[in-house]
Amino acid sequence: MSKANVSLGGKDILDIASLSVDEIELIMKTAGEMKKVLKRDIKKLPSLRGKSIITLFYENSTRTRTSFEIAGKYLGADVVNISASGSSVVKGECLRDTILTVQNMDCDAIIMRHPIEGAAKFAAEVAKPVIINAGDGAHAHPSQALLDLFTIREDGKKDLTGKKIAIVGDILYSRVARSNIAMWNKMGADVHVAGPMTLMPQCIADLGVTVHKRVEEAIEGAEVIDVLRIQLERQKNGLFPTTREYARIFGINEKRLALAKPDVTLLHPGPMNRGLEISWEAGYCDNARIRDEVNNGVAVRMALEFLTIMGGKQVENID
Amino acid sequence: MKTLIKNGRVVDPSQNIDAVLDILVEDGKIASLGANLEAADAEVYDASGLVVTPGLIDMHTHLREPGLEAKEDIISGTQAAAAGGVTTVACMPNTKPVIDNSIIVTGIKDRAAREGFARVEVVGCISQGQKGEALAEMGDMTFAGAVGFSDDGHYVDSSRTMLLAARYVSAFDRPLMCHAIDTEIDHMGYMHEGVVSARTGIPGSPYIAEDIAVARDCIIAEYTGAHVHICHCASKGAIDIVRQYKAKGVNVTAECTVHHLTLTDEECSGYSAVARVNPPLRSMDHVEAMRAAVLDGTVDCIVTDHSPHAHEEKDVEFRYAPNGFTGLETSLGVVLTDLYHTGIFDLKTIVSKMSCEPAKVFKLDRGTLAVGAPADITIMDLNKEWTVDCKKFYTRGKFTPYNGKHCKGKAVATMLGGRFVMKDGIVG
Repeated sequence: MSKANVSLGGKDILDIASLSVDEIELIMKTAGEMKKVLKRDIKKLPSLRGKSIITLFYENSTRTRTSFEIAGKYLGADVVNISASGSSVVKGECLRDTILTVQNMDCDAIIMRHPIEGAAKFAAEVAKPVIINAGDGAHAHPSQALLDLFTIREDGKKDLTGKKIAIVGDILYSRVARSNIAMWNKMGADVHVAGPMTLMPQCIADLGVTVHKRVEEAIEGAEVIDVLRIQLERQKNGLFPTTREYARIFGINEKRLALAKPDVTLLHPGPMNRGLEISWEAGYCDNARIRDEVNNGVAVRMALEFLTIMGGKQVENID
Repeated sequence: MKTLIKNGRVVDPSQNIDAVLDILVEDGKIASLGANLEAADAEVYDASGLVVTPGLIDMHTHLREPGLEAKEDIISGTQAAAAGGVTTVACMPNTKPVIDNSIIVTGIKDRAAREGFARVEVVGCISQGQKGEALAEMGDMTFAGAVGFSDDGHYVDSSRTMLLAARYVSAFDRPLMCHAIDTEIDHMGYMHEGVVSARTGIPGSPYIAEDIAVARDCIIAEYTGAHVHICHCASKGAIDIVRQYKAKGVNVTAECTVHHLTLTDEECSGYSAVARVNPPLRSMDHVEAMRAAVLDGTVDCIVTDHSPHAHEEKDVEFRYAPNGFTGLETSLGVVLTDLYHTGIFDLKTIVSKMSCEPAKVFKLDRGTLAVGAPADITIMDLNKEWTVDCKKFYTRGKFTPYNGKHCKGKAVATMLGGRFVMKDGIVG
């Protein structure tokens, strides 16, 4: 299938599994164009003028929501933010009714984050506008995996075939882990995971990853390390003994980083717990691309909003 | 009033009968069973090409009355039973208020007798308020007609309470029907822990939650001599423990649901809250272990765990949905389609586990077509093809993972105490 025929127009972006490699390449190419726009003095494009985007967040978020919002605004769309805590949800409105209410304001896309796995799919089945999943429970966070791919490529790793990628931390409750596992496997990488066994799903190996008991084994010779955020409540719920022990045994510091390839790309979806899953030094080292991830996140989300709402019809006219 | 059911293939494992025979029903009882019966003044039902069995008995349902009538009530629930060929249902006590005293037992039995389309056996609570602490008045409820006791929906977390309940109830000759799932392990997840939970991100609940709880309750049965009945057993580990205790001669019985014999955790792949149930739908190795346990006699009863819910309760995000779905109108069709026509179970096994053995385990005067028994009869067409359509259900619970399933085999008539309560799918 030639790339010219690929279109994401009207497509819901629910997870990585439901995107083809060609669709991912289209998103990458478009995000590259969008990144050029971000570097301009005047960033505003007219591409989504007259279109409206609603962000519907049932969970707290700073970077993801802001990133989708500013991406929409750079493209000229009207963006309205709804958070569950300030909406009819607190009055007991169910998800179906909330989605239908939002839809009937004739918006073109709904960007949704929700604490329950499958909520984005539920919304997509109810709604006519495009649904972009900004995170559903421990299931998926596709824009994160896309911006991570973009960042790795920008870091010089164009072809991930056979390359060792380590994902470290809370795999069990992490939507970033699931989306990234799906992405790296799709790109032909060799995926390794490590973390406390209480935060490692049973049968995770069946998803096409190698499970390690020691974080050092996962990192050794890795070209990319994906450090996951540890939620402090996991420790409070008894899933690992102390944050001190976590930092000592599973934390990514410069000493552990030295086990990876010298040009390893270090990723973290943020927000970081400094001194827990990642040391201060590691987070600011030359290999860390954590701040690039934020910048690339805007470009990738501009691409997603543009491609799904406009069908990519004007993609050639950006420059 | 007399009815003559002619030329049906009578399958009654309680009498080891599988032959084309006639049944004469008189005054609500089986008057005679034999070849070429004649009765000039009887209404004749031509059962040629059909199978005639003792009325099906489902010892695990939720009729939701009192208090939860938005989900179901005695009328709609027993209409669903009649539609599915079921003549006796046992209703679980997690109603509002819960069934933990004799007056509610009496009330349900009275209403069911007056308004119901199936016989209703009432299961009372083990503990007051289903709180797992003080014992409920199991003696008083026994004398009011309770068939057994259960805190269904909740494990009796306190081993001391369970031990005392077993000792106490052993004097009343009633089983403890154990929802044997370790609460804390169960609450680690919302579906079966395995490859599907790993993939979907839906937190998984390890199946050993059942094994641990079943082991304790079997140990208590052995120590006290009380009859422990394991409800909705779905784990290969748990059913193996039941097998071991049965082999030792301990008074333990077990039931398995239709869905745990026919569906896997793949039903949760699409995040449909319809598939949320407790115990959760498990992987194929567990399904196969449960089928083997039916065949080797470890499982005594096949049940539905019919759990109707209101539309707004179930049409939500996966984790927010209550557990369970309806089953009374699909159980026989699904069993015939997925287990009989596939050659996994024979008809004798199916009728035994869905009628004769439940009657035996719970000491009911039913589950047989023997002369003198109540004329509770199910007539089924093994080859009738139909499609499950939840919109046409009698039950108020319109959610089932079987919706849209193409089935082969169905009850075409249901007789309750000598009167047809369902013919050709119409209850009345």
